[in-house]
Amino acid sequence: MTTVSHPNDPLLTAETWIDESRAVAIATVIETWGSAPRPVGSHLVVDADGNFEGSVSGGCVEGAVVTAALDVIAGGTAQMLEFGVTDETAWRLGLSCGGRIRVYVERLD
Amino acid sequence: MQLASLQRLNAARRKRIAAILLADLDSHTERIVLEGDPLDGPIADLIEDAFRSGRSMAFDATEGRGFLNVYLPAPRIAIIGAVHIGQYLTQIAGLAGFDVRIIDPRTAFATSERFPGVPLFTDWPADVFLLDPLDRYTALVALTHDPKIDDLPLAEALRTGCFYIGALGSRKTHAARTDRLALKGFTPDALSAIHAPIGLDIGASNPAEIAVAILGEVIQALRSRPLSLSGDGAP
Repeated sequence: MTTVSHPNDPLLTAETWIDESRAVAIATVIETWGSAPRPVGSHLVVDADGNFEGSVSGGCVEGAVVTAALDVIAGGTAQMLEFGVTDETAWRLGLSCGGRIRVYVERLD
Repeated sequence: MQLASLQRLNAARRKRIAAILLADLDSHTERIVLEGDPLDGPIADLIEDAFRSGRSMAFDATEGRGFLNVYLPAPRIAIIGAVHIGQYLTQIAGLAGFDVRIIDPRTAFATSERFPGVPLFTDWPADVFLLDPLDRYTALVALTHDPKIDDLPLAEALRTGCFYIGALGSRKTHAARTDRLALKGFTPDALSAIHAPIGLDIGASNPAEIAVAILGEVIQALRSRPLSLSGDGAP
């Protein structure tokens, strides 16, 4: 459930950034398995300079999502990312809580 | 996401209207469904469940593979009466994630000492509602027993279609109350929306327990509410 009154609301931030002619990508938690820190539907928005608002995890994978978002902004093709203990990058990007998440990253246009 | 979708979504959220973004992950198409829009098609049930539960989800149905993200307004509770039960109710309702405010023109009751950290409105409810209107994601809890203070908010909540309306008072008090509201044109059917005696029937016997009973009933109403509440029967 999302409240709109929060000052750091990612979707309101995205609209503000677009109004400022900034390129924006939106990352959304599409699916979770096990113990995931942020519920399905959570957003992280990123601009072309790597500024971001919101979260898709408790901070574990935001860095990787921001990096992917920069590619998506540049190339325009949406990406599906998956993070978790079974992921090959788990030793450096795994979720400390042991869950798995799938994150969809797309350009806002 | 398309910019037009984002703008439509944010506009709905600013107006506290529930909305769903429905994305087809194969065709990369999407649409916004607002609560109250006519629902049809194979995933109408999924959409209805999502509006009710507030849970977003990926789906993989025979009709396609997609994702629906539901954006519900934050549920609020407007408490009429800065009374003892209200002191407990504001605390536990805040813990449960409700955005709570107290409305009571009696400034001796509505003090920040008695309600630390709680938004307090010390104007008459009619004036408060002009600036901060009730809506369908607001519960109205009337606790003063005083018709001068409680009646107008109850009528306003009935007209608005608040997801929960409850009023403190004995059956006799409530019978007198419904007689007064009937004179304002509310039908018996409309008046049956008021929960009175207020709260779940758990044998609550002190202000804190009554607050628990009220909050339980508010949550029950929120999670089982019909999707298109209307003011039918209201004058």
